[in-house]
Amino acid sequence: MYEGVVQDLIDELGRLPGVGPKSAQRIAFHVLQADPADVKRLANVLLEVKEKVKFCITCGNVAEDIECRICRDPRRDLTVICVVEESKDVVAIERTREFRGRYHVLGGAISPIEGVGPDDLRIKELMVRLADGTITELIIATDPNLEGEATATYLARLIGPLGLTVSRLASGLPVGGDLEYADEVTLGRAFSGRRTVEN
Amino acid sequence: MLRAQKLGEADRIVTLLTRDHGRVRAVAKGVRKTSSRIGARLEPFSHVDVQFYEGRTLDGVSQVEILSSYGAALVGDYSRYTAGQAMLETAERLTAEEREPTVQQYLLLVGGLRALVTNEHDPGLILDSYLVRSLAVAGWAPSFDACARCGVTGPHSAFNVAAGGALCTEDRLPGSAAPAVETFTLLGALLAGDWHTADASQSRARREASGLIAAYLNWQLERGLRSLPFVERNGA
Repeated sequence: MYEGVVQDLIDELGRLPGVGPKSAQRIAFHVLQADPADVKRLANVLLEVKEKVKFCITCGNVAEDIECRICRDPRRDLTVICVVEESKDVVAIERTREFRGRYHVLGGAISPIEGVGPDDLRIKELMVRLADGTITELIIATDPNLEGEATATYLARLIGPLGLTVSRLASGLPVGGDLEYADEVTLGRAFSGRRTVEN
Repeated sequence: MLRAQKLGEADRIVTLLTRDHGRVRAVAKGVRKTSSRIGARLEPFSHVDVQFYEGRTLDGVSQVEILSSYGAALVGDYSRYTAGQAMLETAERLTAEEREPTVQQYLLLVGGLRALVTNEHDPGLILDSYLVRSLAVAGWAPSFDACARCGVTGPHSAFNVAAGGALCTEDRLPGSAAPAVETFTLLGALLAGDWHTADASQSRARREASGLIAAYLNWQLERGLRSLPFVERNGA
């Protein structure tokens, strides 16, 4: 145990996700030895992020305004929505430069064993967005794991009667890898989701 | 495999119910990365052959081979998925001690998941049958025929979760439920695995039976299952 504020800092850092007691101690001593201006900048950013950053009223993504940058952008395709679990998934998809529509961030995935059901996610908000008739296609990009697949099934069943085009991101082989190293589940999905090669 | 919880950047803590070593928690490193070779095999509902290495606090997973992947079949049907999740949570809660061999719980869970996947019975009935049978294996078998207090053979018309099941007229306690005869018949069939009788039951009896089983389970576990309120029951 350290004295007073040093121990307080270690305790607070230790509460962050992925930071254990040893890492917390290392970061705390890094802060103690760092230039005061650097520490002040870090403290200001921490305060600023809590004050300025909100969740977009339309899609639920992190934003510094009422709406996020993507929802405000008039060049985006208003007819397509991509549904993701978390804001970090939006960043991952934006990196591909393949998608020009808008997003809807659910805030997680359905996991009854963890006590997370459909009402705990932003599904009602999604249904409200779909109700105005502008959107014609929905791409479900939840994680390719059990909870993500169950969420996709639930959404597809809910949205099916609305007559929209609903698709799910493909699963399969990673680009640049060798086929022999693929696990049987991924390889099986790659087979079931195979596409015709055009001449 | 019962459960997966995120750990750090790309790891997971996985909980498995094993045939010989009971419930085991272990760290699966890097399984959240898309390049992981074992990530797809280590999903809840997977029936796997797994090898662990000894760790300081938790063991680590070194190899995984799939025996049966029930998850892929269950996620396509939301009611079966939610029923399966309740089964996994029950198995975890009824095996309180880690590494205490529970072969019967293991076999019951594998059989229950297989029944869910084969789609031969209503998922709500499979879940309720699993719940009463897993309670029985854990030593909390409810009595649906004989009076739970005096042992006199029924049929009886009262059910009390605190007393342990059916009660005769003499032993009936205040606050006991009064299920229909058909409900008692269904409860007995679910405990015995009499699917002919269970499949022929009416929705009213199924609804009443599932309510009594949930109440009995919550009483025995002291803290209700998180997943049970999310179970979607067909026609119930």
